[in-house]
Amino acid sequence: MSSWIERTTPLSLLLLLAVFTAGEPLLAADGPGREATPEEISALDLDVRADGAGLPEGSGTVEQGEALYAEKCAACHGEFGEGVGRMPALIGGEDTLASDRPRRTVGSFWPFAPTVFDYVRRAMPFGHASTLSVDETYALAAFILNANGIVRDDFVADGRTLPAVKMPNRNGFLPDDRPGKPAVRCMSDCRSVPRIVSRARKEEGK
Amino acid sequence: MTPGMKSRITRRMLMRAAGLGALGAGAGALVRDAWAVVPETRKGLGPGVDTRPYGMPSPHEKEVVRRFIPWMNATTESSVSFTPLHALEGIITPNGLHFERHHAGAPVIAPDTHRLLIHGMVERPLVFTVEDLKRFPRHSRFHFLECAGNGALEWRGAQNNAVQFTHGMIACCQWTGVLLRDVLQYCGLKDGAKWLLCESADGAGYARSLPLKRALDDCLLVFAQNGEALRPEQGYPLRLLVPGCEGAASVKWLARIEVGDAPWMTREETARYSDLRPDGKARLFSLEMEANSVITNPCPENPLKRKGMQQLSGLAWSGRGRITAVDVSFDGGVNWRAARLEEPVLSKCLTRFRLPFEWNGEEMLLQSRAVDETGYVQPDYTTNRRNKGETGIYHNNSITTWHVAGTGEVTHVQLD
Ligand code: HEC
Repeated sequence: MSSWIERTTPLSLLLLLAVFTAGEPLLAADGPGREATPEEISALDLDVRADGAGLPEGSGTVEQGEALYAEKCAACHGEFGEGVGRMPALIGGEDTLASDRPRRTVGSFWPFAPTVFDYVRRAMPFGHASTLSVDETYALAAFILNANGIVRDDFVADGRTLPAVKMPNRNGFLPDDRPGKPAVRCMSDCRSVPRIVSRARKEEGK
Repeated sequence: MTPGMKSRITRRMLMRAAGLGALGAGAGALVRDAWAVVPETRKGLGPGVDTRPYGMPSPHEKEVVRRFIPWMNATTESSVSFTPLHALEGIITPNGLHFERHHAGAPVIAPDTHRLLIHGMVERPLVFTVEDLKRFPRHSRFHFLECAGNGALEWRGAQNNAVQFTHGMIACCQWTGVLLRDVLQYCGLKDGAKWLLCESADGAGYARSLPLKRALDDCLLVFAQNGEALRPEQGYPLRLLVPGCEGAASVKWLARIEVGDAPWMTREETARYSDLRPDGKARLFSLEMEANSVITNPCPENPLKRKGMQQLSGLAWSGRGRITAVDVSFDGGVNWRAARLEEPVLSKCLTRFRLPFEWNGEEMLLQSRAVDETGYVQPDYTTNRRNKGETGIYHNNSITTWHVAGTGEVTHVQLD
């Protein structure tokens, strides 16, 4: 890597060790930044991975989730998760992915159940994110999965059960396989006389 | 001017003046346009240097603004606004016109309260202020930034009749920051590290996984755009820039990077920003923006106003490197002519192309086609739909067609 790094790192590591004082965050006296404390990391490291890594202690039931949902979510996502206006639906869309009008929802599209916990925790309720407790978030995940018919009414969401949920579209994803050379550079007589098949409405976007 | 010419012009003008006089409209004087008087601006003073500490465009340019499509998203906070490409020259997008794409609005963050935490599979988890990061070697680089959804509304047929809306989710700036590589290596990467989670301080806790290989390539932790501090809409005080990749990978208001051994599979990289294929399977981490181009003059907003010499020009770009050629067709893709690429031609950056032509009022089907240094040739709609279908939303880099009518009016169309 860059010579700058080679020059700086060993020196700052030495200084790091030299300036350690109990209780205080470790200061890298010469280098940029300072050591993060375990408390700082655990306060911010709230993400949950697809395999459930990061799911916290706690739990929530479908029934608890239903009550919370009515109070905090239904105004936008609809009483049954059908979505109000242009707000996204949280249910439905089974067997539509290969159709002309696919509907991507938690039930029809999302590959991993822990992601429901992760997303609700980081982004919902819209405009008031980061206000739900861990148990509330588990309960809402349980309710959304249940509303999609993926888990039973007595499902209790926690760090062990969520990763074990088999999402209907679990095998619906592939690595990027877009062709690297889809077309050739032809310069003359490249195609038949073209015909216009669609035309933007004149006023659209003006 | 030769004396002969002068007398000819004078004679013609006199004849015209005489004609007007005969119609009773003139007073016998030579006719001249209204501009040919000493302008009012010469009779007074303009605003002084104390009136505009931060300069704004002329009030006569007030139509040149970002616009959005009200019905496109549920809220304006999780939505997108479009760059007015038809009104811009060169390759740089002015900061106030850079398209916006937020998932929970654009937070306003005081830089002294902002921190970047880097932790996970590193030797030393560290916290940085923006000032701390500025101590690493700085780099200024020109790169485009394009939303994966640019052109999304056109997959099923020509819909928007404006280049601002067909292609305006792209912008190009000179970004200044430090290499993510330098900062990660300063933290010390542990064996087995393969992915990063990059997380925002916005109200969506927006988070995306980034392959470490890419992070160690040319990614920047950016604090400035086009010479000044990042705009709040662009992630002030700190954003990630992943050159050449879909804009959604370039996390704004960057607050945390966790190093791990597998992708997190967040909602924003599975349920969103994955490309649904016609068979119902979706492509994951289709990060690179493939070669693309569009003619910005003429375009629906810039019709041809008169016959004769025309200055065709447009923009081309590729997330995989430099643009090596742009071809232009006047007949809907039957025959093509190479356009001139204007310097500078930079990797993962907008390139301006130009091709003057003579127009005698004939109907035309204008197209541009970009070629990049990997040999990738921008595909037409038929080819692109074969690979991507119509329902994938993202990565629409199909050749765009402008129909030019005999009147000079330009309409967005699609061909068989
Ligand atoms: C004020 C309206 C509003 C409220 C209240 C709200 N949401 Fe949302 N929700 C949204 C919007 C808007 C989105 C899409 C955001 C985006 O795509 O950036 C969304 C997205 C979601 C999604 C992802 C849907 C998908 O398929 O991608 C889930 C899951 C969700 N909300 C759950 C909840 C839960 C649980 C609550 C209650 C705690 C809640 N929401 C409250 C507006 C709302």
